[in-house]
Amino acid sequence: QQQHEDLSAKKLRLTKPSKSAALHVDLCKATSPADALQYLLQFARKPVEVESVEGVVRILLEHYYKENDASVRLKIASLLGLLSKTAGFSPDCIMDDAINTLQNEKSHQVLAQLLDTLLVIGTKLTENPSVRMRLVEVACKHLTDSSHGVRNKCLQLIGCLGPVEKGVAKEVESQAAKDVQKIIGDHFNDQDPRVRTAAIKAMLQLHERGLKLQQAIYSQACKLLADDYEQVRSAAVQLIWVLSQLYPESIVPIPSSNEEIRLVDDAFGKICHMVSDGSWVVRVQAAKLLGSMQQVSSHFLEQTLDKKLMSDLRRKRTAHERAKELYSSGEFSSGRKWGDDAPKEEIDTGAVNLIESGACGAFVHGLEDEMYEVRIAAVEALCMLAQSSPSFAEKCLDFLVDMFNDEIEEVRLQSIHTMRKISNNITLREDQLDTVLAVLEDSSRDIREALHELLCCTNVSTKEGIHLALVELLKNLTKYPTDRESIWKCLKFLGSRHPTLVLPLVPELLSTHPFFDTPEPDMDDPAYIAVLVLIFNAAKSCPTMPALFSDHTFRHYAYLRDSLSHLVPPLRLPGRKLLSSPVSPSITPHEDPSQQFLHQSLERVYNLQHLDPQGVQELLEFTIRDLQRLGELQSELAGMADFTATYLQCQLLLIKALQEKLWNVAAPLYLKQNALASAAAKQILEETYKMEFMYSGVESRQVVIIHHMRLQAKALQLIVTARTTRGVEPLFGMCEKFLQEVDAFQRCFISELPHMQGSFVDKLLDLMPRLVTSKPSEVVKILQTTLRQSTFLHLPLPEQLHRATANIIEPTGESDNPLRFTSGLVVALDVDATLEHVQDPQGTVKVQVLYPDGQAQIIHPKPADFRNPGPGRHRLITQVYLSHTAWTEPCQIEVRLLLAYNSNRSKASAKIPKPTWSESLEALPQSENGIEGTIPFSKPVKVYIMPKPARR
Amino acid sequence: MPEIKVTPLGAGQDVGRSCILVSIAGKNVMLDCGMHMGYNDDRRFPDFSYITQNGRLTDFLDCVIISHFHLDHCGALPYFSEMVGYDGPIYMTHPTKAICPILLEDYRKITVDKKGETNFFTSQMIKDCMKKVVAVHLHQTVQVDEELEIKAYYAGHVLGAAMFQIKVGCESVVYTGDYNMTPDRHLGAAWIDKCRPDLLISESTYATTIRDSKRCRERDFLKKVHETVERGGKVLIPVFALGRAQELCILLETFWERMNLKAPIYFSTGLTEKANHYYKLFITWTNQKIRKTFVQRNMFEFKHIKAFDRAFADNPGPMVVFATPGMLHAGQSLQIFRKWAGNEKNMVIMPGYCVQGTVGHKILSGQRKLEMEGRQILEVKMQVEYMSFSAHADAKGIMQLIRQAEPRNVLLVHGEAKKMEFLKQKIEQEFHVNCYMPANGETTTIFTNPSIPVDISLGLLKRETAIGLLPDVKKPKLMHGTLIMKDNSFRLVSPEQALKELGLAEHQLRFTCRVHIQDPRKEHETVLRVYNHLKGVLKDYSVQHLPDGSITVESILIQATAHSEDQGTKVLLVSWTYQDEELGSYLTSLLKKGLPPSTS
Repeated sequence: QQQHEDLSAKKLRLTKPSKSAALHVDLCKATSPADALQYLLQFARKPVEVESVEGVVRILLEHYYKENDASVRLKIASLLGLLSKTAGFSPDCIMDDAINTLQNEKSHQVLAQLLDTLLVIGTKLTENPSVRMRLVEVACKHLTDSSHGVRNKCLQLIGCLGPVEKGVAKEVESQAAKDVQKIIGDHFNDQDPRVRTAAIKAMLQLHERGLKLQQAIYSQACKLLADDYEQVRSAAVQLIWVLSQLYPESIVPIPSSNEEIRLVDDAFGKICHMVSDGSWVVRVQAAKLLGSMQQVSSHFLEQTLDKKLMSDLRRKRTAHERAKELYSSGEFSSGRKWGDDAPKEEIDTGAVNLIESGACGAFVHGLEDEMYEVRIAAVEALCMLAQSSPSFAEKCLDFLVDMFNDEIEEVRLQSIHTMRKISNNITLREDQLDTVLAVLEDSSRDIREALHELLCCTNVSTKEGIHLALVELLKNLTKYPTDRESIWKCLKFLGSRHPTLVLPLVPELLSTHPFFDTPEPDMDDPAYIAVLVLIFNAAKSCPTMPALFSDHTFRHYAYLRDSLSHLVPPLRLPGRKLLSSPVSPSITPHEDPSQQFLHQSLERVYNLQHLDPQGVQELLEFTIRDLQRLGELQSELAGMADFTATYLQCQLLLIKALQEKLWNVAAPLYLKQNALASAAAKQILEETYKMEFMYSGVESRQVVIIHHMRLQAKALQLIVTARTTRGVEPLFGMCEKFLQEVDAFQRCFISELPHMQGSFVDKLLDLMPRLVTSKPSEVVKILQTTLRQSTFLHLPLPEQLHRATANIIEPTGESDNPLRFTSGLVVALDVDATLEHVQDPQGTVKVQVLYPDGQAQIIHPKPADFRNPGPGRHRLITQVYLSHTAWTEPCQIEVRLLLAYNSNRSKASAKIPKPTWSESLEALPQSENGIEGTIPFSKPVKVYIMPKPARR
Repeated sequence: MPEIKVTPLGAGQDVGRSCILVSIAGKNVMLDCGMHMGYNDDRRFPDFSYITQNGRLTDFLDCVIISHFHLDHCGALPYFSEMVGYDGPIYMTHPTKAICPILLEDYRKITVDKKGETNFFTSQMIKDCMKKVVAVHLHQTVQVDEELEIKAYYAGHVLGAAMFQIKVGCESVVYTGDYNMTPDRHLGAAWIDKCRPDLLISESTYATTIRDSKRCRERDFLKKVHETVERGGKVLIPVFALGRAQELCILLETFWERMNLKAPIYFSTGLTEKANHYYKLFITWTNQKIRKTFVQRNMFEFKHIKAFDRAFADNPGPMVVFATPGMLHAGQSLQIFRKWAGNEKNMVIMPGYCVQGTVGHKILSGQRKLEMEGRQILEVKMQVEYMSFSAHADAKGIMQLIRQAEPRNVLLVHGEAKKMEFLKQKIEQEFHVNCYMPANGETTTIFTNPSIPVDISLGLLKRETAIGLLPDVKKPKLMHGTLIMKDNSFRLVSPEQALKELGLAEHQLRFTCRVHIQDPRKEHETVLRVYNHLKGVLKDYSVQHLPDGSITVESILIQATAHSEDQGTKVLLVSWTYQDEELGSYLTSLLKKGLPPSTS
């Protein structure tokens, strides 16, 4: 029966023009509260237009007064809130009614819901102070309600709408000019923990809205720290933190003594205390907040790392202190003796403070916590505090090093990252370095790489330290050969940071001997390369070092300088020409000339457009060549140079295509040139997509030009097609499509059109009225002439332009052993690649596998496979599943990375305001909507595979 | 005054033989029933004759609670229940119930089979004893009888260790057993809610110690093992079968996994294997990491740790061996030690405390030449390391637990008297609560001030709270009602209902008071003056002038008559009921001050 009713209800709604009327009918029909509730629930599922909101609200209110059942009233109240959220609707007209409903309401739940509705209304009308005052007054009135829900909402309302500026309260002259802080503060002692929480949250809300909280709250908040309920404590910790940031320098007394301390120190002590709270939620909260209390005095800060050990009432040194002593006494790694940690001096029993010592050992506790959430929060806090205080950084080092052994990988990783962040402030002692290096054997790649990054920016104090690091890194290299790149890079920085420490090690590292010639090491040995990278980088700032090199070292240098130029710096070697220093990227004065060169060559091209076509072509060709070479030499300008070169290339192609003789002759005779022209058009199209999507930093000015070029290519395509095909029918469609595109272009880039005087599109738009009415053949003719006559546009260069690049590190493509697997089953291939300057790699980067039979497969890597080691850099580590039918011979497949694009997402369409759903369908041409494609942007790597036939 | 009495039969100012008697609100509970490791005579078990000289213990004890499976907490249980005789319920957690009989059986074997003692409990007795055990879950409230209830909290320390709250009515005691406030590789930290017991009985093994972070210890341990193994040496770790052994196993297992090491790790078979089996089962009792990852892999299903065979000791190449017992005084660990002691590449790591006289203690104190049985001299060339892995709360941890539970009194057990003294002083100083540390057999009496719950009828409550301001937590609130004490229950009801229930008729109690006023005027004029005066003063009350010449203020009646002798003096008769006492007395005092000078 219920369903029957539902059905009829639906019918009604379809026929009735107005929503409110339909609702009214429904509600009147409802015989029982359950029915009414059903109708309301159904109604709530559908959106309501802005115009009819008010009507619907009136209907609902009318029923509200009639309704006896609290649950229906509750639903109505919640609907009111929902409706007033409707975008474009101003709820001030229904506010009075909403407030009136509060008067006679008896049910606490409905009251709470109504207050919630008022909150929604209030937040929509925040600019109107009198409305806010009124609502706050209403809330104050209901604060005495016996239900926690109502009081909760009232406090929330006051927190969100209470007057923030002192002045406003006076202007509005009502009695609600009462101090909102006082009102909220009174509820800190409410009997219900939920209300207490709400009160603290309301206070925090006021703070967020810009009200300066009074310092008097501090003592109240401190009491709340001992509350029985974790939500209250958690909120109180936040409040204390806020106050400590507001009044860091105020002085507060220490209870039970006459001393006084700064408020921020006191708060710090209190929050530290909460790090050993019973509830882990509070512990996480406290540990997190500690990190941002930078004004705390160093004396307090350093206490957090000191637990004040004792054993049997005698003071004891920590293992850290012992290690330090051991190190400074010159003894290294002795065996531990029984009683080595025996406690030393007696301590005065009266002076030991076990619990009230506040900050004492807070971090020691936090880092040892059972929940890894707390540990991570503590590590983060350590990081932030250490960044602002070098002395603290020095102290917390031991603890961070200890965290490298945590049982949860996330915590280990976090602590390594933390250490890297503070590494400017610290120098590792040898014993600490030892512990750090031990982690190099970790089987997790992330951990190892994080550690390499850490070592890149670590200061080591002794030459033994460097040696130790090198030895451990080489050990790492033999155990995990895939870490090669990362280790080399690490050694590069290690070398350049510590040239003087490397110097005494050189003979040993190169195993040279004063009298004997030693055998020449194998040049392809990654370990040897690693050593050389270290030495060469150190030699850069240490001119005496090359004297220690033997002959083959120089030869190896030349080889490595060429093959691994990013790792091996240019050296000033005695008796040798400086090979590449004039264009060295590291020497700053040279940057400007090359940039100048770039601009000059461009200027030249742009100025010389009226030369005879032959000259233009040649100039373009030379310029393109120059630019490409420049890009190779100057990595900073590579993006810029490539970008312009591509553009010029497009232009060149276009000119060439237009130079063809085919235009003057009957079509069928020139099929060959024809093919050339259409190929040119195709290539230009491809290049324009590359220009648009492969470079980061492209601005709208460039996008216009790119689109313009594309338009030209399309015009060319149209002309070629017109020339080669007989009959006009297919042309009709093409012409129309082209005109649509011109139209779209105009709409998208209307603002840019003034800059495009004399261009193709400019002329085309002038002719537009004629084009629309003329026949395809005429259109083609007009296009042809405009295309020839149009000038070519100056491409302005943006500040920063980077080309997206990808480099597949693994598979290396060097293996001669085919990957064997049974046909029909899958084999997983590990792919490891670095991506640079790719925006949103999760969405755009794909892996393509090409089989020898031409079959291609595109794999979308999981978002989690991308890591972000630095700005503009990404790393893709994923697995690709391969499968194929059986082959007789092992054969190579190709793996490459693709950059997927979609013109919908293009920068151009993102710039214009997104048309609403209904408009976009008719207005935007279909073609603009869905051009999707991929650009290969990495060198393909060949992998040898061999699917074996399944054995039966 | 109600009181809680606590008498330690063992573990009072001492470690070992934990056994504490608690009587609370007429209920007698025995906490733990352990043996003492230091004695081999009667002193090894608690003196149960303290409870009763003759007759079965069942009549005197309501229940027995065992906190965890260590023998100093449960070793005397079969003796107590089977030989002395106790048939009541014994409570322990599930893991304790599972592992406890294994340890008891082992203990029995060593005492009876090896030392040849007679008059000891038998295997059958252990089985019978375990039949009396009721297993409890964490945070499960178990009703022992109508009034007595107990509840277990997580205590860390070893698998299945629990703290127990014993509650009768509003009085409660928390017994911690042994606990650990810092988590380790396989167990979490002890936790208790703010239950505010009247008495907290806490262990105090490390009362005077504040320990260093365990991370250094772990790192040291791993580094030592790793270095030795890389050198090609063998590592011997003598352990006791349960507890630390599992922690170290997990530590090494994860390390091996992380570092991709290949050297084999062995674990001596027997007792340990059985115990590991239980560890696998009781995953919920372990720490966050193990609980979260067990879906992928149960951490106790070791990948790198295999069972040890006697023959493996002679295998070449590096290896790590866990062997029992932990103090190198006998058994497999000693055998292996003898084999490996001669090679300086090898290493022995003592993960715990060693009793004087054992080989372990000797080598730890630096002795390099050991005399073995048969006058053999064994030269120890291998490296000897000491690592302390202890699972008791240190002084800070104990204080932290006290802070969490907020007890009204603290009682320390399971520790040395001298150390307790220090902690006691600290607790009293910092928490301002009483702290006790009774010796064995000494009874401590704690007076409690239990709150008595009273049922109040909802109608009365609502009526009373409606009067006046919102209830304030900090201030007591005055209420009018009738307390009925009947059938061991207390109820607060409205007077009318009380009358009805008790079948009594209502008696009106009226106070009447005469006030003399000097007023020469006529009676009705006086009345009018009084009326106007009262009306002016008592604005919030309804003051009425009745036609018969009297005035009512609420329900208080005022009549005026002329004095029989002196016409100039009017007598005001003020009459009010008992309920209006406050207003009535105020009125009389007001009238006694006299009327204001006439304004008419």
